[in-house]
Amino acid sequence: MSADVVDEAVPPVTVIECPTRLDFSYTPGVAQSRFLRALERGEITGQRCPKCKKVYVPPRGACSMCGVATEEELVLSGKGTITTFCTTQIPSPGLVPPYVTAWIRLDGSDITSMFLIQECDPAEVRLGMRVEAVWVEEADRKADLGNISYFRPIDEPDAEYETYKDYV
Amino acid sequence: MKTDVLTAPHSIEYTYTRSTGPMIGAFMTGLRDGKIIGVRGADGRVHVPAIDYDPVTSEDLSELVEVADTGVVTTWSWNDQPRSGQPLEHPFAWALVRWDGADTAMLVAVDCGDASTISTGAKVKARWADERTGTIHDLCCCELQS
Repeated sequence: MSADVVDEAVPPVTVIECPTRLDFSYTPGVAQSRFLRALERGEITGQRCPKCKKVYVPPRGACSMCGVATEEELVLSGKGTITTFCTTQIPSPGLVPPYVTAWIRLDGSDITSMFLIQECDPAEVRLGMRVEAVWVEEADRKADLGNISYFRPIDEPDAEYETYKDYV
Repeated sequence: MKTDVLTAPHSIEYTYTRSTGPMIGAFMTGLRDGKIIGVRGADGRVHVPAIDYDPVTSEDLSELVEVADTGVVTTWSWNDQPRSGQPLEHPFAWALVRWDGADTAMLVAVDCGDASTISTGAKVKARWADERTGTIHDLCCCELQS
């Protein structure tokens, strides 16, 4: 490296920042738009397959197993059962470790969804634990899954293994 | 079931810090100094930007060469609708520019107003950023030279 070509007075460049950004306009479709509007009202809704009778949350507008449209809509209670969970020991934005994320089978549905578990010692979290949704203040609700802050335990006996064994 | 279908902006962004290696580092350092730095290849050709390995023999390259910030358009295409993050907000040409003193060409935006003003063989000059930090953005674009 010849001195007349590169100025050595300031340290040479050895690293560069290369941020990568993709901007999408996301549309969730008809079924999920209805689901998100319901969340805005403080309701969790699902759709039942007319053939296999399974209830999907969030609804996709069709049953992926039967390939038929799902039109019957129902409102769920917002209570559910933990079927699988993970305790995270490393920090994440806005979360203090250790914190627990869990797959929850909402009562009346046949699919699990992942949510944060709070108001609970992570060591207490277990399969079959009964939990309920905690919503953000009504004034702050939007058509957004962020309306549900997290799930917390409820004072009910654990669910029988038979009721969630297919979701573990 | 009639529903207003929702839509929302959804952006995914990754921060990514990469090490340059010695040759691209020299090129970036040169940009910070307002210079364009190439490297001499095994066959004597000058490659710009500087590259680490000879494209023919694969041997390590190290002989840095400063080239001019004036050059020639070797090929170009017109960008009528610039997107966010591109060098200019108004229509411009993407051009391969062979800097005077170089034997290879690199991609540069050419700010020339209208597609009718640019042609292969056109002479251009670099427009430098007022504040240079050692990134490719130090070289804003090129302007046509009369």
